[in-house]
Amino acid sequence: MADRHLEPDTPELRARWGNFAFNAAWDAKAKAAIARYPAGRQRSAVMALLDFAQRQVGEETQTQGWLPIPVMEYVAKYLDMPIIRVVEVASFYTMYNLVPVGRFHVQVCGTTPCMLRGSDDILAACKKRGMHKGHTTDDGLWTLTEVECMGNCASAPMVQINDDNYEDLTPERLDAVLDALAAGKTPKAGTQEPGRHTVEPLGGPTTLTAMVDSNHDYRKEW
Amino acid sequence: MSLADKDRIFTNLYGYQPWNLKAAQARGDWDNTKALLALGQDKIIEEIKASGLRGRGGAGFPTGMKWSFMPKESKDGRPSFLVINADESEPGSCKDREIIRHDPHKLIEGALVAGFAMRARAAYIYIRGEYIREAETLMAAVQEAYDAGLLGKNAAKSGYDFDVFVHRGAGAYICGEETAMIESIEGKKGQPRLKPPFPAGAGLYGCPTTVNNVESIAVAPTILRRGAAWFSNFGRDNNKGTKLFQISGHVNKPCVVEEAMSIPFSELIEKHCGGIRGGRDNLLAVIPGGSSVPLVPAAEIWDAPMDFDGLRAVGSGLGTAAVIVMDKSTDIVRAISRLSYFYKHESCGQCTPCREGTGWMWRVMERLRTGDADLAEIDMLWDVTKQVEGHTICALGDAAAWPIQGLIRHFRPELEKRIAENVREAAE
Repeated sequence: MADRHLEPDTPELRARWGNFAFNAAWDAKAKAAIARYPAGRQRSAVMALLDFAQRQVGEETQTQGWLPIPVMEYVAKYLDMPIIRVVEVASFYTMYNLVPVGRFHVQVCGTTPCMLRGSDDILAACKKRGMHKGHTTDDGLWTLTEVECMGNCASAPMVQINDDNYEDLTPERLDAVLDALAAGKTPKAGTQEPGRHTVEPLGGPTTLTAMVDSNHDYRKEW
Repeated sequence: MSLADKDRIFTNLYGYQPWNLKAAQARGDWDNTKALLALGQDKIIEEIKASGLRGRGGAGFPTGMKWSFMPKESKDGRPSFLVINADESEPGSCKDREIIRHDPHKLIEGALVAGFAMRARAAYIYIRGEYIREAETLMAAVQEAYDAGLLGKNAAKSGYDFDVFVHRGAGAYICGEETAMIESIEGKKGQPRLKPPFPAGAGLYGCPTTVNNVESIAVAPTILRRGAAWFSNFGRDNNKGTKLFQISGHVNKPCVVEEAMSIPFSELIEKHCGGIRGGRDNLLAVIPGGSSVPLVPAAEIWDAPMDFDGLRAVGSGLGTAAVIVMDKSTDIVRAISRLSYFYKHESCGQCTPCREGTGWMWRVMERLRTGDADLAEIDMLWDVTKQVEGHTICALGDAAAWPIQGLIRHFRPELEKRIAENVREAAE
């Protein structure tokens, strides 16, 4: 956590974000989130509300969003909890962006299972396109982060960009995904390996083959 | 004996068919769940105990016994909770993701059955924040179950009221530790609690709580439907059942597959993964249970049964059955050093031996990687891992120590060789 820092609390920051409030859509989601916990335990919803706030900030700035201090203060007030408890949560969990990010947050998994399958090449391909770890490109499009295991190990290497995963990557396949995103298109998420469906062995499953073409009910064979 | 498709629990593992309620029901989920609950709490727990099911999240604690620790009645009005651990973050592990996005109703039905058995009022499913699309699917599936009357008041017409809520994490491996998870659901930093009190006495909101892995919960309804004897038919004694194996790294075809427990490593790899990349002779070492367990050299793993006892016998563990395969092209020191970085990154910072030790161990590992170290530092590193291990509130410190211990135990000559080469280069 030592390599994370809060954006300084300046008058400019206050001027921009001091009046932050959930819009109707996020406000409804926030109320639904609080309702998932027992009465008086609304603080449990802080993780959800910080996520919603970050997403609304993202919508307002055409980026993936982040959490300026005044926005955290709004969440603290919303949940009737001390601001420091909100800052603690925001700074502890890595998915909360404490500084602005770009329109596309390219999160390359670099942990051992992905490393063994070539995540070095994926990171190099990102760098070749002008991205640097921990930075946003000058055009505001790309923020590159090396992240820890994302749980896609059987379809490694992978990258998560915004809300979608792109798996079974090669530098060429990554380039195709990034080119499509830059052109405003929506590339197919999931595995980029031609002929692979999800995490079955490449070339077709070695088990449960009856499931490929129909919703087979195995109970008849019990 | 090979596991037949009809005996596989997660039939939609690969997501060829829809995850939705209608499709799940056609596959046999939510089929007269009322009758399962009609068995009664004690009978359900007895059956799970008899099945031999051991927790699928890594520790392997008997699931039925865990459930039996929950209070049979509330003397002070406190409700009980079931927390389902879907914070799958152990490097190599990628099975719960497949359950959640392709067979979520197995998990939700399991939540009702398990929650009922332990007399819980509700279940919270804690799903890791990075599983964004998976959480969308899970929330939609939970809503389907409510809309069909399978959850909520009089769940599945059983007369039992039960809620299931989804709680999303936000990127912290440590929240997979059960008390850190409870802290996180309470809206705090995910820092583990001291035990005792154990969660079954005072867990979420100070109420009796049981934390179970996704896979442990999702297999429960099928076990009850087919009987304990069916489940315990697979695997060796003390290692019963079927299990989702996740094979990553240097095999020809990485995959997730459900197999019988105790399947030999070689059979798992040859049958489902197309063999080791470059052939059997090209195998260097395997991390058989996720990043926290020590690696096993090729010669020792090949015939080992993939179960709790079989892997303990070769100095490692089954963990989550996340099998990370490394062939001879692997820089083994770097592979382990990268795990050391992972633990440094994920240490919650609460206990000094772990907070300081993980960074210390990683920095030494990085120097050993290039050979820029003293021979004596190998033993010093070993000592430090022993000073971290067992001296922290939770097991993250142990998990950071074990991979390094495995490396030193099996690849000491490699470490010494790099140091010698470095000395020679410096002299030239």
